[in-house]
Amino acid sequence: MRETLHTLLAPFLARRIALLGLAITLLMIFAALFAPIIVPYDPLEIDSLARLSPPTGTHWFGTDHFGRDTFSRVVFGSRLALIIGIGVVSFALLTGVPAGILSAMFPRVGWFVMRAVDVLMAFPALLLALGLIVILGQGVLNAILAIGVVYLTTTARITYGVTLRLRAEVYVEASRSLGAGTVWLVLKHILPNLVSPLLVQASFVFAFAQLGAASLDFLGLGAPPDIPSWGNMLAESRIYITRAPWLLFFPGLMIVLTAFSLNLVGDALRDRLDPRFREALGTPRRN
Amino acid sequence: MLSVEDVTVRLADSFNVVSGVSMRIERGEVVGLVGESGCGKSMTSLAIMGLLPAPQARLQAGSIALDGKDITSLPPYRRVEAGCGGVAMIFQEPMTSLNPVLTIGDQLAEAIRVHDGVSGPALRHRAQELLEMVRMPDAALQLGAYPHELSGGMRQRVVIAIALACRPQVLIADEPTTALDVTVQSQILALIRELCDELSMAVLFITHDLGVVAQLADRVLVMYAGRIVESAPVGTIFREPAHPYTRGLLACLPNPLARGRRLQTIVGQAPRPHEIGDGCAFAARCAYAEDACRSPGADWRQVDGDHGVLCRHPQSGQLVQ
Amino acid sequence: MWLYILKRLGAAATTLAAASVIIFIFIHLIPGDPLYVLLGDGATPDQVDALRQKLGFDRSLAVQYFSWLSNVLQGDFGQSIFFQTPVLSVIGDGAETSILLASITMVWIILLGIPVGMIAAMRHGSWTDQGLSGLAMLLASVPTFWVGLYLILIFAAWLGWLPSSGYPSIFDDGGLANLQHLLLPSLALAAPNAALILRLTRASMLDVAREDYVRTARAKGIRPWRVVVRHIFRNALLAVVSAFGFTLAALISEAVVTETVFALPGIGRLVVQSILRRDYPVIQGVILITVVLYLGVNLCVDLSYRFLDPRVELE
Repeated sequence: MRETLHTLLAPFLARRIALLGLAITLLMIFAALFAPIIVPYDPLEIDSLARLSPPTGTHWFGTDHFGRDTFSRVVFGSRLALIIGIGVVSFALLTGVPAGILSAMFPRVGWFVMRAVDVLMAFPALLLALGLIVILGQGVLNAILAIGVVYLTTTARITYGVTLRLRAEVYVEASRSLGAGTVWLVLKHILPNLVSPLLVQASFVFAFAQLGAASLDFLGLGAPPDIPSWGNMLAESRIYITRAPWLLFFPGLMIVLTAFSLNLVGDALRDRLDPRFREALGTPRRN
Repeated sequence: MLSVEDVTVRLADSFNVVSGVSMRIERGEVVGLVGESGCGKSMTSLAIMGLLPAPQARLQAGSIALDGKDITSLPPYRRVEAGCGGVAMIFQEPMTSLNPVLTIGDQLAEAIRVHDGVSGPALRHRAQELLEMVRMPDAALQLGAYPHELSGGMRQRVVIAIALACRPQVLIADEPTTALDVTVQSQILALIRELCDELSMAVLFITHDLGVVAQLADRVLVMYAGRIVESAPVGTIFREPAHPYTRGLLACLPNPLARGRRLQTIVGQAPRPHEIGDGCAFAARCAYAEDACRSPGADWRQVDGDHGVLCRHPQSGQLVQ
Repeated sequence: MWLYILKRLGAAATTLAAASVIIFIFIHLIPGDPLYVLLGDGATPDQVDALRQKLGFDRSLAVQYFSWLSNVLQGDFGQSIFFQTPVLSVIGDGAETSILLASITMVWIILLGIPVGMIAAMRHGSWTDQGLSGLAMLLASVPTFWVGLYLILIFAAWLGWLPSSGYPSIFDDGGLANLQHLLLPSLALAAPNAALILRLTRASMLDVAREDYVRTARAKGIRPWRVVVRHIFRNALLAVVSAFGFTLAALISEAVVTETVFALPGIGRLVVQSILRRDYPVIQGVILITVVLYLGVNLCVDLSYRFLDPRVELE
C-alpha cells in the first residue's frame, strides 16, 4: 500500500513545485464537493445595500454589482470548473482514444479517420467551438461538447502515435504471430501502455478546457448567466474594472490557478514518461 | 608527449568512475586502452579532452599535460587560446557525431578557422586537403554534402578529418569502429595507423575488442573498474599476460586451433562504480584471490622493463588455452 | 523540389476541400430554414425566391455545394444580413486591424519567447531557469482577456499612458501613431503564446545540447557561444519553427476575445457580434477565410522547413 502510494507520488516528489499543483487541484475538488458547507452566503443572494463592496471581514473577496458575495460565488464556480474539466476530458478520451486505436490497428480505415482529424484541426479551436455553439445553442453541456471536439483531435492523434509505436514493438509483433486477436492485443498490450501518456494528455486538456470555457463564458456564449461560473463572473464585472478592480481579480485568479496547477501536474507526469511516448505527445497546445 | 597523472573522475552521486589513472603516450605511438563497457574508458578520454559532462561528472584529482604544458580541466577552446590545442578526438557514433543541418565543408571550416586562422580560398583548399588525407573520394565535391548523404564509413572519415583539422599531436579515438561493419572497420583502422605514422601523432585508441588492439596498437593498457590494471607492449600482453583479469580476457578469445572446445568466460560481472570497495576490484571474480586482496594497498609493480601490473599475485608464463 | 511543393499543395487542397464541405453544411445544420438562415427572418418572399434560384436550393445538396463553391471561388461569399453588403467587404473592413494585431503579436512572441527560452536553457537548473520556466507556465495558464482587462486598468485607466480601446486606421488622422492602440492588445495576446514558445525553445535546446554532434563541435575548440548559436540553437529552431503553425491558430482563436475586450474593429470581434446578430453568412465567411489562412501558413512553415533541415526528403 505504502509502495503504491510512493510510486504514484514519485513524479511529484521529484519536482516540489508539482506538489503545489497537486495540492491546488485537490483543494479545488474539495471546494467543489463541499461548496454549500464552505460558503458564508448563498451565491445567488442579492444584497442591494452592499453593492460593489471591496474585500472586508464580512465579504472576503468583496461583492458584485448586485451585492452578491464574491467569495461564495468563486467557491461555487469551482463546481462548474470541475464539471467542464471532467466533461471535456471524458468526451475527448471516449471519442479520441477509440478513433486513435482503430486508425492504428486498421490502417485503411485509419487513413480516413486521421485525415478527418486533420480537417478538424484546420479550424482554429475557438472558431470551431463557436460554430458548434451556433448550431447546438448555448448551455453547459453544449460548451463541453464544443470544447471537447477541439481536444478530440489532439487526443486521437496522440493515441494513434503511441499505438503505432506499440504495435511495431517486438512483443506485440510476437504475440500477433502467435495468433492473438486484435481485441486481445489492444486490451492486453496497448491499453495498459496508453494509460500514462493519456494521463498526461488529460491533465493538459483539463487545464486548457478551463481557458476555453472561460472564453466562451466571457463572450456570453457559454454557461447560462445565472450560473456562477468564473468566466460569467468576469463577463458581468467587466464594466466595473475601474470602479471595483478586485471584482475581476479573484475569479480570474481561480481560472489561472486551476489551469496552472493542472499544467504543473501534467508537466511532472510528462517528465517521468517513457521518452518514446513523450515524442508522440508533442508540445502541449493551448488551443 | 601526453602525460596523464593520477586522474580521478567522480560522478555527481559521488562515486569514482576513474581512479588514479596515469599514462604516457609518445609521438608516433598507438596505445590501446582496453576494457569492458562501463570500466571508465570513455570517461578517461573525456577527462583528457577536457570535455567531462558537467555537472554529472567532474575531474576530482590528477593532472594532464601536453609537451610539459598543463592542460588539466581546460576545455578545448581554452586550450586553443593557450596555444596547446593539440589533443583531438573522434567518437564512437559516426551517425550522430556530425551536425545534420550543416554541410561537411562548414563543419570542417569551423575547426580549420579556429586552428589555422585562415579564410577564403585557403580555407577551402585546406578543407579539401583534409578530406583527401582521410582518403575521401571526390573530396572537392563532398564539401557541399550533408552528413545524411554519406555512409557510416564516410562519415567517420569526415569526423577524423575534423579531428585532423585541429593539427593534433594526440588523437583520442573512442571506439571509432564499433558502429561500423567489418570491412569498413578495417579500412578505418588502417587509415588511423597510416595517419599516425604520416603525421607522427600519438594515438590513444579505446576499444573493448582485443582483436583490434592486436592489429593496431604498439602498447596496451588494460582497464578494469576505473583503474589501469596492466600495461605492456602488445606482444607481451598476448604472450605473457600477468594480471588474472587480462589472462581471463584473453582466454575468452576464440582460438581457431582449439575447435570444438567451449568458449571460456570470466565468472561474475564487473562491478559498477558504487560497488567498488577498497580492495582489488577484481578479487570477487579472481581464481587467485586471497584475503589480503580484499583489503586496500595493492601496489603497481614492474614485472619487466616495460611491463607493469596492479596485482598482488601476478601470473607468469604463457597463457595456455 | 517542385514535386515536393506540389505534393504539399495537393495535401493542403484536399484538406481545404473537406473543410469547405463542413463550412457549407454549417448553414444547413443551424436550426431553421437555410434560406431564412442566410437572409434573416425579415426576408421578403422575393428575396427568398431569388436566393433559392441562385444557390439551387430546390436541387440536391451536392449541386447546392458546387454552386456555393463556384460563387465563393468568384469571391461571392453572399450577403451580410446585418449590413446588407457583401460578406467579403464586411470581412475586409476588419482585415487591417486583425492583420496588424497578429503581426505585432508575432513580433512580441519571437522577441520575447525565443531569446528568453535560450537564456533559460543556457542556465539550465539555475534559479534563473526555474524562475523563468515557472513564470512561463503561469503565463500559459492565464486567460488573455483577464490580462487584457488589467492592462487596461493599469496602463489606460490609472497611468493614462495608452488608449484603452478602439483602433483608428493607420491611414486615418494620426497615421502610424495609431498603432499605439494595438500595443496593449498585442501584449495581452502575446503573453501566453510567447510563454509556450519560451518553453518549447528551452526544451528543444536542452534536447539538442545532449546530442553527440554538440560534443564534436566542442572538441573542435570553437567558443561556447558559437557552439550554442550555430549548433544547439540552429537545430533547436527546427522544433520552434514547426510550432509557428499552431501558434497562429492560437492567435486567431484568442484574437476573438482580445478584440472583444479592447473593442477593436477586427475580424475576431466581427465573429462574436455576428453570432449575437445571427448574421450567419458572415460567420461562414470568416471561418472559411481563417481556414484558408491557417492552411496557407502551415504550408509555408512546411516549405521553409525544407530549407532549414536538409534531411527533409524532396519526394
